[in-house]
Amino acid sequence: MPKTYAYYPGCSSMGTSAEYDRSTRAVCRACGIDLEDVHDWTCCGSTPAHVTDFGLSGALAARNLVQAKSAGRSEVLTPCPSCLKNMKAAQHHAHDPVWGPRIERLLGRKVPEDMRCASVLEILFRETGAEGVRALVKKPLTGLKVACYYGCLLTRPTALMEFDEPENPQSMETLLAATGATVLDFPLKVECCGASLAVVRRDMVQQLSGRLLDTACELGADVLSVACPLCQMNLDLRQKQAACRRQTKAAVPIMYVTQLLGLAFGLDEADLGLGGLIVDPRPVLAGIGARSEEAADAPAGGQDDAKAVNSGRAE
Amino acid sequence: MRIGVFVCHCGSNIAATVDPAAVAMAADSMPEVAYATDLMYACAEPGQKAIVEAIGEYRLTGVVVASCSPRMHEPTFRKTVERAGLNPYLFEMANIREHVSWIGKDKEANTRKATDLVRMAVEKLRRDAPLHSRRFPVTKRVLVIGGGIAGIQAALDCAEGGLDVVLVEKEATIGGKMAKLDKTFPTVDCSSCILGPKMVDVAQHPRITLHALSEVEELSGFVGNFKAKIRKKAPYVDWNLCTGCGACLAKCPSKKATDRFNEETGLTTAITIPFPQAIPKKAHINPEFCRHFMTGKCGVCAKICPAKAIRFEQEDEIVVEEVGAVIAATGYDLADWSGYDYLGGGRFPDVITGLQYERLLSASGPTGGHVVRPSDGREPKTVVFIQCVASRDPSKGRPSCSGFCCMYTAKQAVLTRDHCPDSKVHVFYMDVRAPGKMYDEFIRRAVDEYGVDYIRGRVSQIFRKGERYVVRGADTLAGAQVEVEADLVVLAVGAQAAHGAEKLAERLHISYDDQGFFMEGHPKLRPMETNTAGVFLAGACQGPKDIPSSVAQGSGAAAKALCLFAKGVLENDPQIANVRPGRCVACGKCVKTCPFGALNIVEARGRRTAEVVETVCKGCGICTATCPQGAIQLQHSTDNQILAEVNALCRF
Repeated sequence: MPKTYAYYPGCSSMGTSAEYDRSTRAVCRACGIDLEDVHDWTCCGSTPAHVTDFGLSGALAARNLVQAKSAGRSEVLTPCPSCLKNMKAAQHHAHDPVWGPRIERLLGRKVPEDMRCASVLEILFRETGAEGVRALVKKPLTGLKVACYYGCLLTRPTALMEFDEPENPQSMETLLAATGATVLDFPLKVECCGASLAVVRRDMVQQLSGRLLDTACELGADVLSVACPLCQMNLDLRQKQAACRRQTKAAVPIMYVTQLLGLAFGLDEADLGLGGLIVDPRPVLAGIGARSEEAADAPAGGQDDAKAVNSGRAE
Repeated sequence: MRIGVFVCHCGSNIAATVDPAAVAMAADSMPEVAYATDLMYACAEPGQKAIVEAIGEYRLTGVVVASCSPRMHEPTFRKTVERAGLNPYLFEMANIREHVSWIGKDKEANTRKATDLVRMAVEKLRRDAPLHSRRFPVTKRVLVIGGGIAGIQAALDCAEGGLDVVLVEKEATIGGKMAKLDKTFPTVDCSSCILGPKMVDVAQHPRITLHALSEVEELSGFVGNFKAKIRKKAPYVDWNLCTGCGACLAKCPSKKATDRFNEETGLTTAITIPFPQAIPKKAHINPEFCRHFMTGKCGVCAKICPAKAIRFEQEDEIVVEEVGAVIAATGYDLADWSGYDYLGGGRFPDVITGLQYERLLSASGPTGGHVVRPSDGREPKTVVFIQCVASRDPSKGRPSCSGFCCMYTAKQAVLTRDHCPDSKVHVFYMDVRAPGKMYDEFIRRAVDEYGVDYIRGRVSQIFRKGERYVVRGADTLAGAQVEVEADLVVLAVGAQAAHGAEKLAERLHISYDDQGFFMEGHPKLRPMETNTAGVFLAGACQGPKDIPSSVAQGSGAAAKALCLFAKGVLENDPQIANVRPGRCVACGKCVKTCPFGALNIVEARGRRTAEVVETVCKGCGICTATCPQGAIQLQHSTDNQILAEVNALCRF
């Protein structure tokens, strides 16, 4: 029997990352992962709360865990790494001698300790995995060169997030390689995109995100795959600004990993919200079929470097 | 018994927070105490004299000294009472310094506690029996384990001192890590030129027996009389016949064997001699790559060998050597850095270790001494060195400093500028640690004369950019992020104990720390000794060491072995386990628990009973705690004595 997860969309799902929310629901449905929205969910506190008061942040995030628990769920799934981090931090701070009591006072009860929280990527990797993806693929992404970008939060802080390798994660690559896409070895996969500095230091975001885009272009990426609403926004919405500043003409579609998986599963494009992206991915995606022939003989991409050991041979 | 109690002031060490006179006065009324006094320094000459005189004047038959830890001065005072004609084991020590005065400030409470400790010592002394050491002869031979520079030095010094030496080396040649180095700091002289003659001396010395390609499997016995079981791995070549001509190497068709000597920077043949100056210069076959072993077909070497020395059917051989002392000199290996994902963790062919770089620099290495990138054979234009990889990094469980990396990095930076004058060289460092003679001057030369760019900060990531690598890090002096595009990156990977060191330590009955390094007897005063008598340490097996320190410790360990044998006979410590056969039921529990194998079940007067091998027992007391019958007693710490101490402490 499929396990039912409590689903916490987070505020960006209501606006800037609506397509992440839609594609997550669609892909999970296809994978047989049941999602049940957290009843009456509220804001996790986001950055403003946790930079001022761990107690407030903890209580806001933990309220949603309480809601999920009272609905009889044992694990919360959220597409947003920021929300995820706040939920995990709430559980962590519940043990803190200073913040613990404050969270409990604000929340009016104990933080549920046995509630697990995970990202969409983590659940798909754990529950469906490469084998599961391969079984579901209807329209292989053969020939599509994808650079996988995790951003700063999905794997770090290591002790809190407890997911994949902190410096060189492979879960997104593993899933996308199973769709037939050519996965590139993207060296900046856990670098910062500039995050919420977009509000106060736009120049810095242009520089940091610009770098990510430039590197992806140098590698010949058709698409940058992401799993975080804020990364997606910085890379997609501000791509033109960054290009302007750095005097480059990069135009790389920034797609959620769930959108790419959904495409490979042959899901309806409307369910995946492709229209919500700023840099239109359709021209690149249209080429998939055309390229698939020539790429058929090519090695399954990207993994060669990862596997090559330091043989250090000098010829 | 007439007991004398001497309470030491230790200057102000004890007297500042304990009242020694009050302790002495309280001791005066303890049972069988005939005399009690306080002394300024009990261990000093006047203090010892006072003890000797009091023994004569008051006809004392036992002595308690209340002063420091017995680890400090128990041997001193045993000799003192012996000089006055008492048995040295009719002496007890109460530790009122480390256990009292140094750890509490309340003088009244301290004085009470000191008095309690003295009372315990008096009660123990009242139940002491005179003990006598046994003397036994020794085998004047030394086993040296490990043929690196430390082991070579120890073996040569022992042999020169007149001892027969058995040198066991795991690899097919001696020379260790030093043989792999190109040049040595701070003089930049050729490593194999200064090591080579010493290796030849080992081969030619009539007192040294060398077992290469061998490992110690078991060490039994005790100081002066060890038995070492040594496994000589089959080289598949009769080394009595092999002349080291190298004809087999030239013809061997299997040319893709792992080259361990060259740190896998190149490939070698399945039958091989590690390097031209190898000692012994004998060929051996690596069966993992030999076509004869893999497919059963080939045998080219056997056909070509002019000495007819190839022996495919050869098997491992076990030899047993009797020795009186053991010197462990097993050295170090580089730490495993595959967990360092941000440095590539081994994914990038042009990110190599310092030891691999030595092989690229060496004229006898796979590139003939040309510095080239392993990936494409091109000469690098920019070389980046990163220090403190797997050193000083608590986040990876490696908090300690490996000590020699600062210096070898500077040396390699200088050599890079020598080999490739057009190159740019950058070094990321945390701190430069160069405390040796002429060391700091060498670092200055690297910066001032060779133009090496030292950047203070750690590296956060290495990633590929086309053919090159971007090294990103912090420049903490400038407070800025820096990025250097490099062709070649050399990591100063820290040292850890040699692979298998823990296993060997267990075979030798010595202890090791969390990094696998062998524990010395005392971190300052017994750096060459272990807590197992007759087992000594030399070189980096005790902790990372550069060549001068390894050589010094090799000589030091040899001196320890020579001192041990200079006496001809050894005396054991009589504070060991003793079986009362009347109580023993021969259940054998003690035999199972003894970590030293000192207990046997024997037939005596028609019944089975446990027996202690006096020379093997270390007096740890595990058997006495295990014995369900109370049949084994640790002499000088019997159950009765311990209970008497407890009663003295809990009398209210």
